[in-house]
Amino acid sequence: MTNDTATSRGGRVRAVIDPSPARLVVLALSFGVVLYAGPRLLGDDALGTAVWFLGAAVVHDLVLLPGYTLADRGLRALGGRRAGGPPTWINFVRVPVFLSGLLLLVWFPLILRRVDHYETTTGLSGDVYLGRWLVVTAVLVVASALWFAATRWYRRARR
Amino acid sequence: MNGTHTEPPTSNAPPGPTRPEFWRSPLRGPWLTSVLGLVLLVGIAVLFATGLLSYAAYNPDLAEVNDKTPDKGLLGHYLFDWPTRPYWLYRLTQGVHVTLGVTLVPVLLAKLWSVIPKLFTWPPVRSLGHALERISLLLLVGGALFEFVTGVFNVQLNYVFPGSFYPLHFYGAWVFIAAFLAHTALKTPTAWRTLRRRGLREELRTPLSETRPEPADETGLVSPRPDPPTMSRRGALGLVAAGSLTLLGTTVGQSLGGPLRDTALFAPRGQRVGSGPNGFQVNTTATAAGVRESDIGPEWRLTLRRDDQEVVLTLEELLELPRHTVELPIACVEGWSTSDQRWSGVPLSDLAELVGPVDRPVDALVNSVQSSGAFRSAALRENQVRDPRSLLATHVNGAELSPDHGYPARVIVPAAPGVLNTKWVTRITFTETE
Repeated sequence: MTNDTATSRGGRVRAVIDPSPARLVVLALSFGVVLYAGPRLLGDDALGTAVWFLGAAVVHDLVLLPGYTLADRGLRALGGRRAGGPPTWINFVRVPVFLSGLLLLVWFPLILRRVDHYETTTGLSGDVYLGRWLVVTAVLVVASALWFAATRWYRRARR
Repeated sequence: MNGTHTEPPTSNAPPGPTRPEFWRSPLRGPWLTSVLGLVLLVGIAVLFATGLLSYAAYNPDLAEVNDKTPDKGLLGHYLFDWPTRPYWLYRLTQGVHVTLGVTLVPVLLAKLWSVIPKLFTWPPVRSLGHALERISLLLLVGGALFEFVTGVFNVQLNYVFPGSFYPLHFYGAWVFIAAFLAHTALKTPTAWRTLRRRGLREELRTPLSETRPEPADETGLVSPRPDPPTMSRRGALGLVAAGSLTLLGTTVGQSLGGPLRDTALFAPRGQRVGSGPNGFQVNTTATAAGVRESDIGPEWRLTLRRDDQEVVLTLEELLELPRHTVELPIACVEGWSTSDQRWSGVPLSDLAELVGPVDRPVDALVNSVQSSGAFRSAALRENQVRDPRSLLATHVNGAELSPDHGYPARVIVPAAPGVLNTKWVTRITFTETE
C-alpha cells in the first residue's frame, strides 16, 4: 500500500513534468542552440524580427491555410462527390488553381511589380512577369478544360 | 521516445477547430505526413548543407569587410578556406540551394496542411515536456516559413525584411535547424512505424475508388468524421509533385544558362541581356551601384599597395602588362549564374609582384569606386590570389568590359561568389599572411 502511494505520486509528478524524459533531453539540446542563435537573430530590430518570425507562422496557419481550405470547401459544396458516386469536375478546377496560385505565391513580388529597383539594378525588364503568369494560367485552365472534355467524351463513348 | 499520448476525450474541448471532428479531410493522417516529412528531411538537409557552404564561400573569417555576421561565434566554427577548384563550385552549390528551396515550397505547404489539426490540440498543454515541444514546434514552423520567405524575397530583390538579409537568413537557419533536428528525433519512430505498416508503392497503386481514411491512432491527425474522398492520396502527392516540378522547371534555367535560360519564366534572371560580348547577366548596374562616369573615365587609376610600397597605374599601363585569358562563370548568391565567359586580364599574383617580391602568400583587399553596395570592399584569401586563373580582367569575350560589367577593370576569381568578383576596381592592397 505504501509502495502504491509512492509510485502514484512519482507517476503524477512525472505526468506533469513529462511522461517521456528522453523528450526533455532532446528539447534541452535544441533550445540550447536556439538560445545561442536567437539573440543574434533578433539583432537590432528585435521586435520586427520576432514579428516576422512568429508572424509567418500566424499568417500561414490563420490566414493562408483557412483561406484556401474555405475556398476548397466552397468548391466541394458546388460539385463535390457523393459517397460512392463518380468523380466530378472539381479536380479539374483544383489543379490549375493550385499550380497558378503556387507560382503567384512564390513570385508575387515580381509578378505584381512590387520591387521598385529591380529594373535599375538588373538592367532587365520588370514588366514581363505579370504577362507570363497570366499566359501560364490561361494555358493551365485551357489544358484542364480540354482534358475534362476528353474524359467526358471518353466516358460517353464507352457506354 | 515519441512522447505522444492517446488522445483524451474531447467532450471538454470548445466547439471549433479544437474538436477533431472539425477536420474533414479523409486523406489526412500519419502516412501522408510521414511521406511529406521524409521528402522534407532529405530536402532540408541538402538546403542546410548548401547554405553552410554558401556562408563559407564568403570567407567571413578572413576580414571584416567580408563578414556580415560578426557575432557568429561558435556558429562559424566549421569555416574553412574556400577553394578555387573546381571553378564551378559555387555555381553548383548555390544553384542547388536556391532552386531546391523554391522547389520545396509546395512540399512545405502540404506538410503544414497535413498537421494543422495539431495546432489546435486540446488541452493546449498537458505537461511541461508537452509545452516545451509545442514551443519548439512554433520555432519549427515559424523558422521554416521565415527561412523560405526571406530566401524567396531576397532572390527577387524584395528587401522588405527587418534588417540585412545575411544575418537574418544565417541565424534564422540555425534557430530553424535546432527545432528541425528536435522534431526529427521525436517523430522518426512514429514515421518509421507508419511507413512500414503501409508502404509507398501500395498507396501509389490505390485509386480514388479505394481510398480510405487511415485507421485512427494516437497521432490525432485522422479525422473521426471524414468527408468522402475527392482525390486519392497518390493524387494529392501527385499534385504536390506537379507543383514542385512546375517551380523547378521555371526556375532552374536561370542557373543552367545557355538556351535553357528562356525556360526560367518566373525566375528573376530568366531573361536574356542582349547579345554581344557583354551580353550576360549583370548583378548590379553601374547606375544602381553609384558609379559616376568621372570615376571610370580617363582619370581612373589603379593603386596597388603592399605595406608602405605603392604603385599607381593608368589604364594604358595596366593593358601593357602580360595578360592571361581564362574561362570562368559568374555565380550569384541569388542562385543564378552565367555560363563560362572568356575573361582577359592580368593575374592578381602578377600585380602583387609588381609592388615587390612576394616571399610569403598574400591576401588582397579590393576596393571599388562604387559608392553603394555591401561589398564595395572585398577581401580575397591567399589561395584565391595565388591561383593563376584569378585575374584583374579588362576584357571579356574579346571586347572591353561594359560599364555595367565593371569597366575599366574587375576581379574574376574561380569558384568565388559573385560579390567577391569586385567591379570597377580602383585599389588593391596586398597583405602578407602570418
